[in-house]
Amino acid sequence: MSIRFSFGGDEHIFGEVSEGMSLEAFFTSLSMTNAVREAGIKGVTEICPANASFQIKFDPDAIKPDDLLKELKGMEAAASKSDASLKTRIMEIPVFYQDPWTHETLMRFRERHQDPTKTDLEYAAEINGLGTVENFVKAHSSQPWFVSMVGFVAGLPFLYQMVERKKQLQVPKYLRPRTDTPKLTIGHGGCFSCIYSVRGAGGYQMFGITPMPIYDPNQQVSYLQDEMCLFRPGDIVKWKPISRDDYDAALEAVEANRFEPVIRPATFSLADFNKDMAGTNAKLMEALHGR
Amino acid sequence: MAVKVHSPGLSTTVQDLGRPGYYHLGIPISGGMDRFALRVANMLVGNDEGAAVLEAVFMGPELEFTAPATVAVTGGDLPPKVNGEDRATWEAFPVKAGDRLSFAFLKSGARAYIAVSGGIDVPVKLGSRSTYTLGALGGHEGRALKAEDELPVGKGAGGKGAVPANLRRGPGNPAELRMLPGLYWHRITAEAGKQFFADTWKVAPEADRIGYRFRGGKALDFVPREQPFGAGSNPSNIVDACYPYGSIQVPGGTEPIVLHRDAVSGGGYMMLGCVISADMDLIGQLQPHAPARFVEVTMDQALAARHDRQAALQRVRAHLGR
Repeated sequence: MSIRFSFGGDEHIFGEVSEGMSLEAFFTSLSMTNAVREAGIKGVTEICPANASFQIKFDPDAIKPDDLLKELKGMEAAASKSDASLKTRIMEIPVFYQDPWTHETLMRFRERHQDPTKTDLEYAAEINGLGTVENFVKAHSSQPWFVSMVGFVAGLPFLYQMVERKKQLQVPKYLRPRTDTPKLTIGHGGCFSCIYSVRGAGGYQMFGITPMPIYDPNQQVSYLQDEMCLFRPGDIVKWKPISRDDYDAALEAVEANRFEPVIRPATFSLADFNKDMAGTNAKLMEALHGR
Repeated sequence: MAVKVHSPGLSTTVQDLGRPGYYHLGIPISGGMDRFALRVANMLVGNDEGAAVLEAVFMGPELEFTAPATVAVTGGDLPPKVNGEDRATWEAFPVKAGDRLSFAFLKSGARAYIAVSGGIDVPVKLGSRSTYTLGALGGHEGRALKAEDELPVGKGAGGKGAVPANLRRGPGNPAELRMLPGLYWHRITAEAGKQFFADTWKVAPEADRIGYRFRGGKALDFVPREQPFGAGSNPSNIVDACYPYGSIQVPGGTEPIVLHRDAVSGGGYMMLGCVISADMDLIGQLQPHAPARFVEVTMDQALAARHDRQAALQRVRAHLGR
């Protein structure tokens, strides 16, 4: 894999590891950004890993763009050979699928959708050949997902499904982006799911909502007092379908600031995962449930 | 010392030079869209150039001061008044306790910077006082000002002086936004690339601190390809990647959007390259319907333009004896 570099104006270098998404491309991008951070290059101001690419922001008064490019190219060989493994976390995110709030929102924007006669979930179930919404929810929530990027807006995770490629759920984005999305909506576009951390515009299909805050600018939520944003690239997520009653109870706990998310340490090795996906995921579930 | 807000204007926010270092979490740099105007406003009232000021869009607020201070208004031509009497822009003027600062209609530009000696002293969040409204972070309670807000102001010695027109800068007509092609430029045909620079675009009504949308040019033709896995089916889709500040994305190939200080940090649309750092300030002064062209430059030209802007700021400092 050879990285395609390009300058983004006079203050950014963009590196595309691969045009298509894969965990191999993610790990090369993560290794590159880790190497840049460790090198402590003067003039580098932002280091941003993404799904299959990365971006470095720099001050061209402190380092010449061509000199920085040369340094990055010098790191490429080591990064592409690095050991694709992580000490990370697995966390359970409760999801109320087919909730009334995303339903109300998607009905308001039907004319921007591929199939105005169906809900986002009905459409996603159909084009993935799963027949019913129940089957789709099962396919969406039965295996874990890998956080391959954080961004768009504050703390929003992009999640990549940890199953064989032919089983990965794919749904196009809306024809034209909505101007509104409820906070904490579970969305999906291309092969990625996401959690909208704030209310706002969005183009991903809407499947449900979580009661669990993932971004808190006031740092009041018990598990967001040190970091405003919950997610980091490399985190692993398991969706847990919940009912309206479960949702209401969780929301009450959130409002009283006594909601306790299930977050456990875990390890991930891409080589092990590629050898045995079912086995790797089963071990992650053991780590999550403390067995 | 405090500033009382009697009416907030259209969208007035507290801004400084921004909050670098958190873009990897999706938290953008924020800060004044027109950094030159923000720095000069601070110089005029004797503040550090990066002190927090008020950024008012299209329409000024009405403010009352609880103690004497020095005030300066720069950026777009939004004429200030003290107790109904005209004051000049780009010039320091004193206010007394109880004085009311209001504004006439905007004559040109889009954003005015209102500096008060001592600086707006809202709490520092992640190293900055700037407001990031989408993330409800920083500024005054993470949002634009509302009537009856009261903003704390720091202690300042005050300043004096004025900055003549030949030391200021505004967008031309049409505005010429210099850009370095790159990123996913190779995704469009050579013909589409030529047309993109030949067309005169107009600022669309969807223009804010996140980004400016442009209309009126020809839709782009893409080089055909089989879409890569995970990207999405539209030829303008890419596997979601980081978005640089100033990057020009073109969803569906129709209307370019230039991301600005409150940029979304990433997403799934191809980008043609970036507006160079020297011209980012100009975008903040464009009104809806203003005409604009994109002008191709090389990296060497972008760096030369950057140095020109630094020299222009240095001339203002020298003029004000700083």
